[in-house]
Amino acid sequence: MSRLTKKIIAIASASAFVSSAAIAADLTVVSWGGAYTKSQVEAYHKPWMAKTGKSIVSEDYGGGIAEIKAQVESGNVTWDIVDVELSDAIRACDEGLLEQIDHSILPPAPDGTPATEDFLPGTLHDCAVANIVWSSVYAYDSSKTRNWNKPTKMADFFNTKAYPGKRGMRKSPKVTLEFALIADGVPVSQVYDVLGTEEGVARAFAKLDTIKDDIVWWEAGAQPPQLLADGEVVFSTAWNGRVFNAKNAEGQSFEMVWDGQIYDLDLWVIPKGSKNKEAALDFLAFSTATEQLAAQASWISYGPARASSVARIGTFHADPSIKMASHMPTAPANFKNALQNDFEFWADNADQLNERFNAWLAK
Amino acid sequence: MVDSQTVQLEPITAADGTPLKKKLAQALFRSRVRAVSLVLPLFAFVMASFVIPIIALMWQGVYNDTFSSYTPNLTEKLKVWDGMSQPDEAMYAALVVDLETARADRTIGRIATRVNQEYPGTRSLFTSTARKAKKLKAPFKDSVIKTNKKWDNIEVWRAMKITSQDLTPAFYATALDGRYTANQGFVSQDENRQIYVQLFWRTMMISGTVMGLCLLLGYPVAYLLATLPLRTSNLLMIMVLLPFWTSLLVRTTAWIALLQSQGVINDLLVYVGITADDARFSLIYNMTGTIVAMTHILLPFMILPLYSVMKTIPPSYMRAARSLGATPTKAFIKVYMPQTIPGIGAGGLLVFILAIGYYITPALVGGQDGQLISNMIAYHMQKSLNWSLAAALGGILLAGVLLLYWAYDRVIGIDNMKLG
Repeated sequence: MSRLTKKIIAIASASAFVSSAAIAADLTVVSWGGAYTKSQVEAYHKPWMAKTGKSIVSEDYGGGIAEIKAQVESGNVTWDIVDVELSDAIRACDEGLLEQIDHSILPPAPDGTPATEDFLPGTLHDCAVANIVWSSVYAYDSSKTRNWNKPTKMADFFNTKAYPGKRGMRKSPKVTLEFALIADGVPVSQVYDVLGTEEGVARAFAKLDTIKDDIVWWEAGAQPPQLLADGEVVFSTAWNGRVFNAKNAEGQSFEMVWDGQIYDLDLWVIPKGSKNKEAALDFLAFSTATEQLAAQASWISYGPARASSVARIGTFHADPSIKMASHMPTAPANFKNALQNDFEFWADNADQLNERFNAWLAK
Repeated sequence: MVDSQTVQLEPITAADGTPLKKKLAQALFRSRVRAVSLVLPLFAFVMASFVIPIIALMWQGVYNDTFSSYTPNLTEKLKVWDGMSQPDEAMYAALVVDLETARADRTIGRIATRVNQEYPGTRSLFTSTARKAKKLKAPFKDSVIKTNKKWDNIEVWRAMKITSQDLTPAFYATALDGRYTANQGFVSQDENRQIYVQLFWRTMMISGTVMGLCLLLGYPVAYLLATLPLRTSNLLMIMVLLPFWTSLLVRTTAWIALLQSQGVINDLLVYVGITADDARFSLIYNMTGTIVAMTHILLPFMILPLYSVMKTIPPSYMRAARSLGATPTKAFIKVYMPQTIPGIGAGGLLVFILAIGYYITPALVGGQDGQLISNMIAYHMQKSLNWSLAAALGGILLAGVLLLYWAYDRVIGIDNMKLG
């Protein structure tokens, strides 16, 4: 009964999600949309299509593993390869929703270093292969004249006296709570230790309380640049690549504050039962090769997951005078006070902290 | 005489000699089959796309066999455990066996997620211990606790005991801001994690407000529609129906353009000098935005039933009341209004029930204090993937609607409702 029940619900919810993959294609690649998908299309999709002669349908989604779960459990898998965050990749893999990936299919670096050594530590997993390192930072529009000093610290984001006005933040406890603790003076190395205690969570919420009335919550990655450009907010947390592109491709005068940045990985995964598994594996190996990862970095300021690609990062596609290397989350100047998102902490505590976050929001 | 008597005793027959009674029954049967076969596709469609999924979902709210089906040995041991004494060696041994299998079958994540719902912070306890399960040696109690001392915590075992029960009230308990525990039964949730009851109340309150506003705004419009000359009322009708035919998303985003702090209305207020440029009103991304947008979107559902009822009220009643000496106000209140109650009832119930389940509009313009319970259901369906909790929340919402429907039937009478 229960298997059947689950199947019925899975089918119902699978059909509820927008799915245009009915269009016949050799491969359906799913990613986050906007400037990020654009960088992948240029660096991965186009060369792969040229090489293999196969077609790709590119779909956008908003993250999470709900769609993958619904597709796998209903037995109607229309997504072949999906770009996901690390905590989601681990969770989906543990739940048996993903195909295992044999790391030996990954091509070695040009100098012959095997892939398993070339990829940065922590970027290769049983069911997932990382392509980029991205980061959450906060940004402001420097063209709007305001009489305050340039913000340089995470604490400035929470300082409404010196920097009055609305702030944009992602409507999620993830990153938000870490930012609050960093701003409250917790060293980045201890953030997750503190957040693991009841007092630490209370401390983070207390810090958020100080700016609660000034927060505008965003949910999609494309929103923060828009909020900043519209003048709806003076500061906004954002994904660094989106801010970089709004600044250098669209001519906005945004500045980022790297202090207290929280970086994370994006990884390719293949949903279990993908109808084009062979093509998906081929695409995965192709797109995470040294050259493709390096090429993507000239379209968006996300760091490649391979050491050999990092050395080959070039200039921005729209403006060759911009050297991309210095705009990466991992560039030494930006990396002084950085924290890696702890996927295990969030796998354990996401449900509980989400409830608490929602209760706090509703208060 | 004899002839006519025999005729009366013999059964009446049809032209082909079969008795008329039988013939009639056949004809009736045929027409019934025809009627049923015409309705059958719709019935099957409703069953397959509506009734069965709802029952299946409701079932998920009280039945979850994730834990027991992937940990058969441990479940057996937990069933006989009293929840008070320290777990014994046999239970630890069963745990190790099941973790090892679950690790190999890649089902460990499902087990861990399920227990984590009852006892937060245990997800990695399961996944990491499962990774080591193969190497663990007897006595298992000591070796398991050695991998992580959380295994010594009796609360973890109590949470597992709760999750090992397939038929469980745990999700309904969570949906009502409580917890179902192995040793104390139902207890209330930590205060800073209580959210659902508050959201149910807010949903009711916002739905009630929207219904009231719709009635207040819709009643005069419906009255005009029903009483103006045909040409004018047709034009008015188009103005009611045009937005009704426009996509919900378009109308919601149009409100964003109007109400946001750099939007049309605030710009106008600043221009006129009612407010300063740096003290613009927050009209959207809060409860105000939700109420404004929902009232606008649901207005036609109030106007149309009201209109259809008002249209049937003869104008002569009002004239009669006036000629008998009633003032226009009194005639309206005593004679006209009581006759529109079926329309008010229908429109009110329709708007209220639609508002209770509203989801897209609050998600877009609700900000933090304009979210409804449906947004929480969507969150558990799509993000946290706790479908059982979503089912429990949905079940409570459904029960609430049925209760309201019952109350309405008792107070006003459902036969009295007129939808058009």
